[in-house]
Amino acid sequence: MAHYLVRRFLYLIAVLVAVTFTVSLMLSLPAGDPAQVLAGPEASAAQVDAVREALRLDRPVVERYIDWLGDAVTGDLGNSLRTNEPVIDSIRDRLPVTLELVILGQLLALLFAVPAAIFAAYRPGRPADAATTVSSFLMISSPSFIVALLLIRIFSVELGWLPTGGWVPLSENLGDNLRAAILPVIALALEPAGIYQRLLRSDMRRTLDEDYIMMAEAKGLGPRTILLRHSLRPSSFSLLTMIGIVSARMVGGSVIVETIFGLPGIGRLLIDSIGFRDFVTVQGVVAVIAVAYVVVNSFVDVLYGVVDPRVRVDAAG
Amino acid sequence: MLPGEIVEELDLPGGPTPVATLPEAAVQAPRRRRLSGIRLIAAAWLVLVVVLCALAPVLPLPDPEAGQGAIAASPGSGHILGTDQLGRDILSRILWGGRTSFFVAALTTGIAMFLGLAFGIIAGYFRGRIDWVIAGVADFVLAFPALILLIVLTSVFGLSIRNLVLGLSILGTPAFVRIARAHAMTVSQREFVLAARGSGARNGRIMVRHILPSVVGPVAAYALTFAAVVFVAEGSLSFLGLGVPPPTPSWGGMIAAGRPWLDRALHIVLVPSIVLIATVLALNFLGDRQEQPGRRR
Repeated sequence: MAHYLVRRFLYLIAVLVAVTFTVSLMLSLPAGDPAQVLAGPEASAAQVDAVREALRLDRPVVERYIDWLGDAVTGDLGNSLRTNEPVIDSIRDRLPVTLELVILGQLLALLFAVPAAIFAAYRPGRPADAATTVSSFLMISSPSFIVALLLIRIFSVELGWLPTGGWVPLSENLGDNLRAAILPVIALALEPAGIYQRLLRSDMRRTLDEDYIMMAEAKGLGPRTILLRHSLRPSSFSLLTMIGIVSARMVGGSVIVETIFGLPGIGRLLIDSIGFRDFVTVQGVVAVIAVAYVVVNSFVDVLYGVVDPRVRVDAAG
Repeated sequence: MLPGEIVEELDLPGGPTPVATLPEAAVQAPRRRRLSGIRLIAAAWLVLVVVLCALAPVLPLPDPEAGQGAIAASPGSGHILGTDQLGRDILSRILWGGRTSFFVAALTTGIAMFLGLAFGIIAGYFRGRIDWVIAGVADFVLAFPALILLIVLTSVFGLSIRNLVLGLSILGTPAFVRIARAHAMTVSQREFVLAARGSGARNGRIMVRHILPSVVGPVAAYALTFAAVVFVAEGSLSFLGLGVPPPTPSWGGMIAAGRPWLDRALHIVLVPSIVLIATVLALNFLGDRQEQPGRRR
C-alpha cells in the first residue's frame, strides 16, 4: 500500500507539472511577439513591456517555467497586471465562494439522485423508471448556462423570489447567502444529478440480480431493508468515484455559473482576467484549478484503492 | 457494466486501465428494447435538423446576419421563430448556426475517433511498452481540466473555429483511446485473431481486418455521446464569448446575445436553447449503450 501511495503521489506531481507547464507553453506560442499578442492590439509599448516582464517572455519557456514554479511553490503566483495585487490574495478571497457552490451542488445532486435511483431500480421497466430515466437524460443534456438563464427568468423575473445575481458571504448572513446561492447551485447540480441517478440505478440493478438478494427476499425481508441495507452500499462504489470526478469538473464548470450570476468565485476571476488580458492572474488561477482537479482525482483513486483492494493490485501491477 | 467498462465510462484518471472483460452479445438472450420509441424520435430529430441545416443556403431564408426591421418580434409574426435583438430572423440564424455547430461536432468527433481507434487498437493489440506509453499519455491528458484549458487556449490564440476544433479534439481523444484499447485487448485474445496470426497474417492486416470491425461499434456509440459533449462545450464557450467568433451565428452565441432581453423577449433565448437541448438529448439517447439491444446491463 505504501508503494502504491508513493507511485500515486509521484504521478500527481507529474500531472501537476505537465498541466502548469502546458499553460506556460501556451503563453509563449502565439506567432510573432507573444507579449504583443497577449497585451492585445491596443496596448501601448509600455504595456507590452510590462507583460513581457511580468510573464518573463523574453526568456526560454523552460527557464521561465522553472522560475514561475519556484515562486509558485512558495505561494507567490506573481502580481496581477491589472491591480498589481498579489494573485494569491485574490484567489484566496474568491476560493470559498467556488467551494461553497461545489459542496452545495454535490449535496443537491445526491439528494435527488440517490432516492430517484433506488426508486427506479426497485421496479425496473415501470412507468416510474422510464420517467426518471427520461428526466435524468434531460438533466444531463441541459447545459448549465441555459438552465441558469431559465431559472433567472422563472424565479427572479417572473416570481421575484430570488436575486438575479450577486453574492452575500456566508459570514455575513446565512439566509441571504443561501438565497444568493440557490439558483447557481441548481444550475450546477442538474447535470451531475442526472449522471448519478443513471449510474446508481444501473449498479443497483446489477446488485439486485445477485443471489444473496434473492436469499434475503426468501428470508422475508422487506423491500426497505433489502434496498437500503443490502444493496445500496455494494452498489455505490462507482458512484463514489464519480462524485470525485464531478467535484473536480465542477470547479471548472462553476466558471459559467459564476459568470452568469456575477458571483465572486475563482471561475469569474478567470474570465474577468482574460477580459482584461491579465495573464499573470490567468496562469495563477489555472494552476490552482489544476491542483484542485488533480488532487481530488488522485484522492478518489486512492480512496477507491482503499475500499476495493483489487484496484490497488491492478494499478500497482 | 463490468468493472473494465465502468472505468472507461467514468474516465477514471490515473493508473492503467484494467483489462475489460466484455459480455458476449451472442450469449445474452435478446432483451426487449425499452424506450425504442424515444430512440426513434431522437434519430428523426437529428435527421430533421441536419437536413434543414444542410439545406439552409437553398431554403428561402432571410440573411442570418442582416436585420429585418422588426426588433425582437415574437414567433409567428412573419418570422416563424421571431426575430432577435437586432431584428435578425431566428429560424435563419438557428439553421446557419447549426451548420457551424454540426461542422465543429462532426469534425472534432471524427478526428478524436480516428486518433482514438488508431492509438487504442495499437496499444491494445501490441500491449507491452508501446501500450504503457499510449495509455500513460491518454491518462495524462484526461487529468487536465478540459474546459479551463479550452478557455485559456482560445483566449491566447484568439477566436477561430480551427482553434476550437483543435482543442476539443486533442482533449477528446484519450477517452476514445481507452475504449478502443479496452475492446482491442479483449478481441486480440479471441480465436479468430489467434488463427489469423497463426496463418501468417501481418500485424497491420490483423488490426485493420479483424480487430477494427469488433472495436468500431462501441467506439461509434461513444462517438454520439462525445458529439453531445462537444455541442455543450462549443455552446458554453460561445456563450462566454470564447467559441465561435461573432457575427457567425452559433447557438451558444445566440443564447448569450438574448440574455439582456430575458425579461422582455424570452424567445430569443428560448428558441436556440430548446434546439440545443433537443439535439444534445437526441445524441445522448442514441449514444447510450445501456439502452442498446443485445447488451447486458
